[in-house]
Parts: sequence; structure tokens; C-alpha cells
Amino acid sequence: MSSGLYSMNKSGFDQTLDLTKVKPYGDTMNDGKTQLSFTLPVPCNDEAIEAAKQLMRKMGFENPQVVYYKELTKGFTFFNCYGSCVHSVDYTSIRVPKVESTVMDMHETDEFIKTHIGRKIVVIGASTGTDAHTVGIDAIMNMKGYAGHYGLERYEMIEALNMGSQVLNEDFIAKAIELKADALLVSQTVTQKDVHIQNLTELVEMLEAEGLRDKIILICGGPRLSHELAKELGYDAGFSMNSYADDVASYIAQEMGNRKAKG
Amino acid sequence: MQKSKLGLNFHKVAKARQIAGNIAGEVQKFVGRYTTVAVERTLCRLMGIDGIDANEAPLPNVMVDALMSNGVLNQGVLYYIGNAILETGLTPQEIAVKVSTGALDIVKVKTHSDNEIKEALQPYIDASIERIKANRKRREEFITNIGEGAKPYIYVIVATGNIYEDVVQAQAAARQGADIIAVIRTTGQSLLDYVPYGATTEGFGGTYATQENFRIMRSALNDVSAEVGRYVRLCNYCSGLCMPEIAVMGALEGLDVMLNDALYGILFRDINMQRTMVDQYFSRVINGFAGVIINTGEDNYLTTADAFEEARTVLASDLINEQLALLAGLPENQMGLGHAFEMNPDMENGFLYELAQAQMTREIFPKAPLKYMPPTKFMTGNIFKGQIQNTLFNEISIWTGQGIQLLGMITEAVHTPFMSDRYLAIENARYVFSNMKSIGEEVEFKNGGIIQSRAQQVLDQALDLLMQIEKEGLFNALEKGIFADVKRPKTGGKGLNGVVETDANYRNPFIDLMKGEKK
Repeated sequence: MSSGLYSMNKSGFDQTLDLTKVKPYGDTMNDGKTQLSFTLPVPCNDEAIEAAKQLMRKMGFENPQVVYYKELTKGFTFFNCYGSCVHSVDYTSIRVPKVESTVMDMHETDEFIKTHIGRKIVVIGASTGTDAHTVGIDAIMNMKGYAGHYGLERYEMIEALNMGSQVLNEDFIAKAIELKADALLVSQTVTQKDVHIQNLTELVEMLEAEGLRDKIILICGGPRLSHELAKELGYDAGFSMNSYADDVASYIAQEMGNRKAKG
Repeated sequence: MQKSKLGLNFHKVAKARQIAGNIAGEVQKFVGRYTTVAVERTLCRLMGIDGIDANEAPLPNVMVDALMSNGVLNQGVLYYIGNAILETGLTPQEIAVKVSTGALDIVKVKTHSDNEIKEALQPYIDASIERIKANRKRREEFITNIGEGAKPYIYVIVATGNIYEDVVQAQAAARQGADIIAVIRTTGQSLLDYVPYGATTEGFGGTYATQENFRIMRSALNDVSAEVGRYVRLCNYCSGLCMPEIAVMGALEGLDVMLNDALYGILFRDINMQRTMVDQYFSRVINGFAGVIINTGEDNYLTTADAFEEARTVLASDLINEQLALLAGLPENQMGLGHAFEMNPDMENGFLYELAQAQMTREIFPKAPLKYMPPTKFMTGNIFKGQIQNTLFNEISIWTGQGIQLLGMITEAVHTPFMSDRYLAIENARYVFSNMKSIGEEVEFKNGGIIQSRAQQVLDQALDLLMQIEKEGLFNALEKGIFADVKRPKTGGKGLNGVVETDANYRNPFIDLMKGEKK
């Protein structure tokens, strides 16, 4: 058998699952075992290892173990570490806001639009600001779609325009006015130092200044975004990873239906 | 003649095999004249004796100790059980209980003729044989009717130290794609001269191998096998001082794979070589009959010795282990002969040498479900590099058609695997196995290139080594430290006092029954 420095001291804690006090699981309930890696801006020596351990204790880890370290370049030391997390969360009290719509497939959405809206709806999408990545907006909008979900361009009752990447907010809004867009999709894939937040906020402010904000369904999407964050920033909805055109189209159609019903 | 991608000379292979056969034959001459306390306890278990006495001593130990202390173990425990059945009309289990309470003195029971004893034992012999056959049949039918994973079988360990937590981990691993689950034993179990009883929730780096733990885990794997539509095998460790006992407990509970290697015990657990060679023989007879795949431990040689320099010892030992297994009636398709991916990652062209050795082992043992062990010696705690080392290891396995892939864990040498470590390992193996599936059929090796030359060199060296071992005899060779740089004296190590030369009247009917009854 493979040898190992087996040192799992795991006695002395309650091993029953309590959803009001959830903590990480290594191989025993409530062991709190967590894997971390980080770099400290100090030279590689005994003090560096001790610093890594002290930092882990401050982060809330008991029995901090540094299992690997390496000086990446003079004055920077990389660590792989394990520890037992002392903190827990109350899983039962968590409420995460989610987009509230029933997900329909393409044909159902087209039917829904015919019945409840009675005309084609106009959707414009773009990856705005400095973001040069179109993988997200393409997955939602392009004819072919992604992972077996057809994109908005294929929908009979949707006029879809994908403006591509690095679109300025000004140009985006100008196009929305020109085409009388019903919904705007903003994609933010990779950003640095939270520039996507500033960019998304700027778009909301500009739409409000133009008096357009209430007339449009404003949606953002991307791996770092959530519905909760989107609402905070003043968007109607936010879509994160594992969302497809179906999700977005269903939401737009139903939200338009709701707004129409309210008059 | 078999075609070799490596330009191997199969006359040399045949010669090496013949020498290994001679070496194994010499060992067997010794083995045939002895029994051990573990072999006799195994026979007690095959008679249906189980459980513990008031002092928690297992009843098979109580029975065998009674004979040992009276100096009559050379007659064999079955002789006394047979006589006691005839005298008392009790079952072997009832007899063992009476012996344990002092109500019956087993050595003072009136003796009977061989034929009468044989008749008295027969129903109990039949019951054990039938139970083991039924387990084997259940496994074979499940595989035929529902299926199993493709080779290389994905083998992972669980080692929480608590059999019930092990069940959670094992079922999770099976759902993620594992084909074999090995339940790691607690540190030090191999040195116990008894097998603990009942379900256990403690241990260090694993929990005890007990018959009840076997039952609990096999039952849990039956459930998950049905759920995933793929037979998931259970592996445990049939090594140490209780080799044949663990083998029989596994056979009775339907285990599928067993680590089973005397050489490993001698070298790495300092178990006396005479004791463990005798134990190994009966354990392999049982494993052969039960349809259990054995795993041998040659990979471990490379954890102490250099993987490049000592490759020949792995091949030589595989050849000897093959011959010892054949003598015990264990067929080639149950021989998970061991080797490993243990070269220093800093070695230039190390991958090519590993590839050469893995392909060589495959060609020399074409029917064996070879057990390929992951990098352990050069795993550093740098889990990111470790994942790459394991990926290279997985590539060689699918390329050379290994049988059992013991997945490497990124946290090797850090802790026993987390559920997430196992998941990442399985995901890695499945990705590589699928993405590179047919590479072995597509790619040939350059004539006289690095890979071919390396394989031919290892074969030549192994042949030389085998000739040297043949001259000395295996026991003497082990005394000289021929494997893994470890030296072990013939009369040293643990368990020698449990070895007994058998009397001319000694009988172990299971040897013939089990060796003769295979398909």
C-alpha cells in the first residue's frame, strides 16, 4: 500500500450533521477540513511557514498544516495548506433571490410571445466596456446556442441582435433607441479589479438619464454575477453559470407578459 | 509466437518463467510439510467456528491455542474437531464454545478412525464450500447480467477509520466511477495474530478488517452496484499474520480482490518468511477457489529502492509470484501482479522508461489483470504537480492496457483521502482513459529506440537475477536483501513460533477440494 503520514486526529467532535451549523467535510462529518493555497510576500524560511500558520489561525482554522511551500521568486513564498475550519453557517436560514420564471423551451416561449405579446420582441445583447470575451453572449444569442440549447437568434418571435464585445455603453443605448429594444442583455465574462461593477452601474445611470430604464427589461449575465447582485445594481435580472438561452428567453417573455397585464 | 511492440525475445521470457517455476517449486517443497496457527484457525472458520469468548478472544484462536499448548497442533485442528463431533454430537461452533469455557478438553476426547472423522466433518466442509461457491456465482451472474466497468478498473481506497463512514465514502466513489473500493486496515493489523470480531468504528489510517466489516461493506456495494448498473468490487488486505484467515472471511462474505503477498509481509512488515510462505499457500488456494483477484506488492519495492535501477526486481518477483500462485491453483486471470510508476519526476525521459516497463509487464503477463500503482514516493504536498504526475500515470495505464489502476491521490503523504481528493482522481482517470482510449493500438515504438531498449534491458537483468535466486534459493536470497534493499533472516521476524511441522496423518481436505473444483 501507498505510505502516508496518516495523522487524522478526528476524535472529540460531534459527528452528526446539523444543518444550522454546517462546516466543511473532508472525510468525516464536521471535521471542517479545508484546503488552501496562497502566496505570502516574504522569503521562504521557518518564519514564513509560521506566518502562514498564524494567518490560517486568524482565518479560523485549527491545526493549520503547511504541506508544501516553494519560493516563487525572491521574497514570495507559495503555500499549500490544510486546516479545520472552526466556523459554521446556518444553512436553514439562507434565502438566495432567484429569477422567478418558469423555464420554457424555444417553442413554448415562441407560443407564449404570440399569445401574450402578439408581436416579435426585440432583444439586443453585448459584452460591454473593456471585456473582450463573447463566449457568454454568444452562448445565449447565437443561432447554434450552447450545450444543446438554441440561441435567441433561432427564436421565431425574437428579433435578436448580438453587438459583440467591447461595446461602449453609449453605443449600446443608441442601438437600443434605434431598434426600440424591449430587452437588453449585458454580458461580463472576465474583468479585473471589479471594473465590471462600475461598468454595469454606469449603464443603469445612463439609461435612467435617458428616461429609458423603466421601458426596458435590463439583464446582465456572467460567471461572477448573480441575480442578487444584479438586483442590487439596479437590473431586473441576473444570470450566472449554467444558464442558457431558454432561461433568458423564458424570463423576458414572462416579464413582458406581466408588465403588459399590469398595464 | 506472441508479437511484441518492444522487440522482446519471448524465448528469454520462457526461460525466465521456467527458472521462476523452479524457485517456486523449491519453496513449495518446504510449504507442503508445514502448517501454522493461522492455517489451523482458517480451518476452524471453514468449520463454521466464529465469535469470541468472555475475554474477547476469537474462538478459532481459543481452539488452536488449546492444541498448541498441548503440543499437538501437528495433528491438525480438524482431527480434534472431527473426534469431538463424534463424541459429543455437537456442532463445531458449540464445541468451540465449550472449549472456551473449559467445559471440554479437546485433546482428551476419545479418538476415532480417519473415515469416521471424515464423515463427521463432511457436512461442515460442504456447507463452507457451497457458501463460497454461491458468492462466486452471485458475482459472476451480476457481471454477466448487469455488467462491470471497463479495464483498467478504477481502484480507490477509503480510510476513515470507521466502517460506517467508509460506507458513505465508498458509495460516493462508486457513483463517481470507481470499480474497486479498498477498505484500508488500521495501522498494525498485519502484526496481530488474530482477527478482531464485529463492526469497528476506530483505527488509525483505516479500520480493522473483520468479517462483519466485510459484510457491511459488501452489502453497501451491492446496493450501489445495482444503482449504478455496474459491479463494484470490494478489496481488502490478506497479508500479515492472518493471511489465510482473512482470505476465508473474504471468501465467505463475497469479497472480490485481496492484497495477497508473502514477500510484501516479509520485506515491509518483518513477518517471518517460513510462516508467511505457508500461510500464503493456503490463502491463495482459497482466493483462487473464491474467484478473488489477488494483488501482489512488488510496487512497494520501488518505494524503498530506486525505480529505474531496481525494475528488474519487480519483474523477477512478478514471475516468482505468478509461479507460486499457479501452484496454489490460482489462475492467471486472477493475478493482479504489481508494478508501479515511481521514477523520479526530475529524470529526463522518465515517462518513456515508465512506458517501456508498463508495456513490458503487459506483454510478459498477457492474461493477468496487472495492478499498476501510482506515484507515492515523489508526491510532495504540491497537489497541483501531484495531479499532473497522476495524469501521466493514467496515460501510461490506458496506453499499455493495465488491469487495475490504483488511482493516485493529490494528497498522498498528507492525509487519508478526502471525498474531494477521490473525486478529482476519478475525474482525472476517466478523462484520460476516454480521451486516449485507443492510443495503444495506434502507436508503435521505434525499433531500437529508448523504449524498446529499456524493456529489453530490464528483461535481461531480471533473467540474470532469477538465475542468481535459483542458485541460492528464495529464502537465502531474501536474507541477502535481494528485493527492495531489505534483508530478512530466515528465523527472524514475527510469527515463526506459529509454524509447526505436520504429522504424517495430517489432513487439510480443503486444499484438494478447492484446487480441484475450479472451472
